[in-house]
Amino acid sequence: MGLSNSIIRQNYIIPADDFSLAGEASSSVKKMLNQLGVPPKTVKRVSIAMYEAEINAVIHAGGGTADVAIDKEKVLITINDEGPGIPDVELAMKEGFSTAPDSVREMGFGAGMGLPNIKRYADKLDIKTEVGKGTRVQITVLL
Amino acid sequence: MFIEKKTLTFSQAQSRSIIGGDRMNEYFHSVTLDEEKCKGCTNCIKRCPTEAIRVRKGKARIIAERCIDCGECIRVCPYRAKKAITDPLEIIKNYKYKVAIPAPTIYGQFRAARSTNHLLTAFKLLGFDHVYEVAKAAEIVSNATRELMKKNNFRKPLISSACPAVVRLIQVRFPSLIDNILKLESPMELAARIVKDELVKNENMRIEDIGVFFITPCAAKVTSIKAPYESEKSCVDGAISIKDIYLKLLNALGEVKEEAEEQLVKSGFEGIRWASSGGESLALGTDNFLAVDGIHNVISILEELENDKLKDVDFIETLACQGGCLGGALTVENLYVAKTRIKKFIDMAKKNSVEDNSANIYEYDLLWTRNVEHKPIMQLDDDFEVAMQKLETLRTISEDLPGLDCGACGAPNCKALAEDIVRGNANETDCVFKLREKVRALTIQMMEIESMMPPVLDKDDKNSDKTDKKDKY
Repeated sequence: MGLSNSIIRQNYIIPADDFSLAGEASSSVKKMLNQLGVPPKTVKRVSIAMYEAEINAVIHAGGGTADVAIDKEKVLITINDEGPGIPDVELAMKEGFSTAPDSVREMGFGAGMGLPNIKRYADKLDIKTEVGKGTRVQITVLL
Repeated sequence: MFIEKKTLTFSQAQSRSIIGGDRMNEYFHSVTLDEEKCKGCTNCIKRCPTEAIRVRKGKARIIAERCIDCGECIRVCPYRAKKAITDPLEIIKNYKYKVAIPAPTIYGQFRAARSTNHLLTAFKLLGFDHVYEVAKAAEIVSNATRELMKKNNFRKPLISSACPAVVRLIQVRFPSLIDNILKLESPMELAARIVKDELVKNENMRIEDIGVFFITPCAAKVTSIKAPYESEKSCVDGAISIKDIYLKLLNALGEVKEEAEEQLVKSGFEGIRWASSGGESLALGTDNFLAVDGIHNVISILEELENDKLKDVDFIETLACQGGCLGGALTVENLYVAKTRIKKFIDMAKKNSVEDNSANIYEYDLLWTRNVEHKPIMQLDDDFEVAMQKLETLRTISEDLPGLDCGACGAPNCKALAEDIVRGNANETDCVFKLREKVRALTIQMMEIESMMPPVLDKDDKNSDKTDKKDKY
């Protein structure tokens, strides 16, 4: 098998406003990592970080896409959305800070733990955002 | 990629007799198949929470590494072909002194039972010398859990270990939650220890003369006795199912006169309540718990936990059977009827609380003597790179399968078949739709070849003839 086979890629569409489907992409990635025999603790870190990013895209940005690339060294997750963007990333990274509407909070989401949680579980977190255009969250977890 | 076809490693337990059998076999299972009754239908393969069953040669085979003994297949089989191996009542004759330790579920089974003492006395007529309620031990476990939770140095939320099927489910499917399991001895084990210690100390008996038998509502507990995960060896000497002794016990209830009832009850209502979903939680003195029952519901909750949700909950009670142990696959009474019946016993116990301080007398260390390990069942290969290749192949095969999840291939769904294929345990043509596609392609090819004639044999010299011939098909 050639080099191209050493990377597994999978793309997902994150649907807008559908909490019942949110988390399906991270579940699917979790399954793949288990099939690869990745240690449980690492699988957990990947799936939580990705789940939070997925939920963020649902709550704030009307959905988006998730692109996952797995190779021997790492899992790279890129979540793209065309939402409102984050005006102050530093503030958004603070625990408990949230701009989620009450309707979302009532469902148990939007506690202001999304980005901080992603940062806690990721080895590298890169956020590129432009107000009015959208956000790209790139999460790296080393294997 | 060429994959060698291997035979599945199916449960060895089927051919092995369990009594006096190999206790240390880590893949012992109580749940087994009755070959003669099995029709090879798809009911059990589809409901199995760990995708542990495949139909091969017209019979449902259990993959030992995956089975968690939840008993779901026993419940769903329309032909009663799935059964639990339990010990027959006669096994008690192997011991000089015979003790029954009935699960709290027993209180919900008999309309004819006047009181706890009535029910417990009836056991004596079946040949038991002594009866000790597992419900009593459950109260001691509840005390210990409360103490543990007071210390506050545990991983939140604690997941109950009362149901062994759930513990095994966590081992195979939710390894990251192993640290959350409440690692305290089960009420059944503790009951057996207390009984044996008491008899040795107070009655000067030899421990080898005492046989302690659990009266079980489920298969999962039988497996816990024959192949425990929390210790080297179980203190319980056998497991007799509620349904096997139901009739004998019913007759005995009729024979025990009110004045002949012995004072055997030790448990209070909190112990009896363990039989229902929520019972263990209610004894903890906190409202901050979540109780879930039914194996598929349990899976949903464990998935939420894995996603770091439910951090605000202190205790999670997870029972594989709907309704809790009262819904066990080896019980007789309908779950909802049993719930009503057991209420009577709970109310009685609330009224006549028994003065019993044995909980304080025994200073038992209830911590498990060994930890449960992760038993990976999903991993495609030990070598990461090979696993990557297999995963890639699996995805290609998956996309190619019809996605109808019909189960006719013997696997629960198309994804599972794809997995079986890359593991070398199945072929693509096991799929009836794939097989039909292949037959069709082959037929077309054959027809094409059939219409071709070597020029020397071609007697009809006109080309138009050939087209005619083709048109016929």
